[in-house]
Amino acid sequence: MNNLNWASDQPIVSLKNVHKSFGDLEVLKGVSLDVMQGEVICIIGPSGSGKSTLIRCINALNDIQSGSITVEGQEVHDPKLNKLELRKKVGMVFQQYNLFPHKTALENVMMAPVLVLKQNKDDVARLAQTLIRKVRLDGKEHNYPGELSGGQQQRVAIARSLAMNPQVMLFDEVTAALDPETVKEVLVTIKDLAAEGMTCILVTHEMGFAREIADQIYFTDGGVIVEHGPPETFFSRAKDPRTKEFLSQIL
Amino acid sequence: MEFVWEWFYWLYDVHGIKLTIFYDEWDRNRFIRGMWTTFHLSALSIFLSIVIGVAGAWLQMSNLVWMRRIVQAYIQFFRNTPPLIQLYFFYFAVDAALSQLFGITGGVLGSYGWAVVSLSFFAGAFNVEIFRAGVESVPRSTTEAAEALGYTRLQIYRYVTLPLAFRVCLPSLNSNLINLLKTTTVAYAIAVPETLYVANQIWSDEYNVFEMMNVVWIVYIVFVGFLVWLMHRWEKSIKIPGYGN
Ligand SMILES: Nc1ncnc2c1ncn2[C@@H]1O[C@H](COP(=O)(O)OP(=O)(O)OP(=O)(O)O)[C@@H](O)[C@H]1O
Ligand SMILES: [Mg+2]
Repeated sequence: MNNLNWASDQPIVSLKNVHKSFGDLEVLKGVSLDVMQGEVICIIGPSGSGKSTLIRCINALNDIQSGSITVEGQEVHDPKLNKLELRKKVGMVFQQYNLFPHKTALENVMMAPVLVLKQNKDDVARLAQTLIRKVRLDGKEHNYPGELSGGQQQRVAIARSLAMNPQVMLFDEVTAALDPETVKEVLVTIKDLAAEGMTCILVTHEMGFAREIADQIYFTDGGVIVEHGPPETFFSRAKDPRTKEFLSQIL
Repeated sequence: MEFVWEWFYWLYDVHGIKLTIFYDEWDRNRFIRGMWTTFHLSALSIFLSIVIGVAGAWLQMSNLVWMRRIVQAYIQFFRNTPPLIQLYFFYFAVDAALSQLFGITGGVLGSYGWAVVSLSFFAGAFNVEIFRAGVESVPRSTTEAAEALGYTRLQIYRYVTLPLAFRVCLPSLNSNLINLLKTTTVAYAIAVPETLYVANQIWSDEYNVFEMMNVVWIVYIVFVGFLVWLMHRWEKSIKIPGYGN
């Protein structure tokens, strides 16, 4: 399972010159970025610039045309790669939560460890309880997604991903579908995770949050990374005119 | 019980209403056996047709073009031909062909066996379409979440897609299964002793067509009513709080 060629002082996620097209439409035009273990990076950029596509390529929900993506040193788009090994390492949370509506919150969290990792059900139940508590949903474990608010569902979705004990978490605009009041509760959960040292790659429109949590901010536009840097310098000293324009529109 | 039988005999004696299935033990027993045959013929065919529907809807998602074509051909064939001809086809043609192929004498399956096979394939063809519509109603994003968690394709189908698809397609499944139950009467044509077949035997022996016709109506109404009741209970039991209404 562990790649012996990978050491934790090397990037845990690494993209090199990634190209991705949907038919004739080239969405990623040579994207490179490195994420170190425990780092939190935020990807920002205008709608349609390929942010979702970028992180979906990292856990192979989308394929790529050329370039390379590695997670813990293993090539993600190697046809010989066991996808299961990748999905164990990389958790993903979606904008629309995508919970299983026919399962309770607890069952949503328990299913993957039981089915995919074949772990003992009682152990998984204990783990799931702990995770539910961690995302501050005690008392809601037996509710169905339809009985939970958007923010609560999103936190179940986070717990569901964490139950697989991933090394890296991908978040794709996870607060974009939420009411302003519930955004905060989800962000707090993510902040807790980051503080515990989880490697996080977030696509977000929450600039205040990005500034607070990110080690690096990447600005994408038109399928390329225009510029990146730590939040302190990124927001105040953006160099590229496209970045400046984008920031002036949303800040 | 005895006085009930006597009352029906009185009905015959005084009013000429000849319900031998109540006061004649021989008729009564063969009629009960007929209803029992309808019951398990229906139950078995319903079960197998659902299995075919679930498997067919799965195969229709296959990446192999020829696999999808085969399933599509099966559906078109069984949906667009009369069930009675399908039954004859299995009972006479397929049985003979298989017997020859394997060098069996006396038939591969009896009339009951071929009735089950034929009816299951008949209703199964509709079930494939019904389940496929259900499968397509499950959002891609939901199955994608399962994919991202490492589920295999079969696990996604078994634990996410199917349970959600079932809930969507229950109304159409309901009417197809009612239709299947009613279509079990075609087994009459190859002498499976189901309700209609024994009713026919009884009215030939007793000259009570009118009475027996009415009995047959009532039996099927009760059977269908029972099936509808079962399906509604099932629908209720899998209802998810806060979902799909
Ligand atoms: N499955 C697909 N098939 C074809 N085109 C797609 C597909 N997914 C995305 N695209 C296209 O790729 C481009 C980038 O989409 P993507 O979803 O990555 O953008 P985004 O940066 O996440 O935008 P947003 O901020 O609106 O979520 C868009 O032009 C989109 O229409
Ligand atoms: Mg997006």
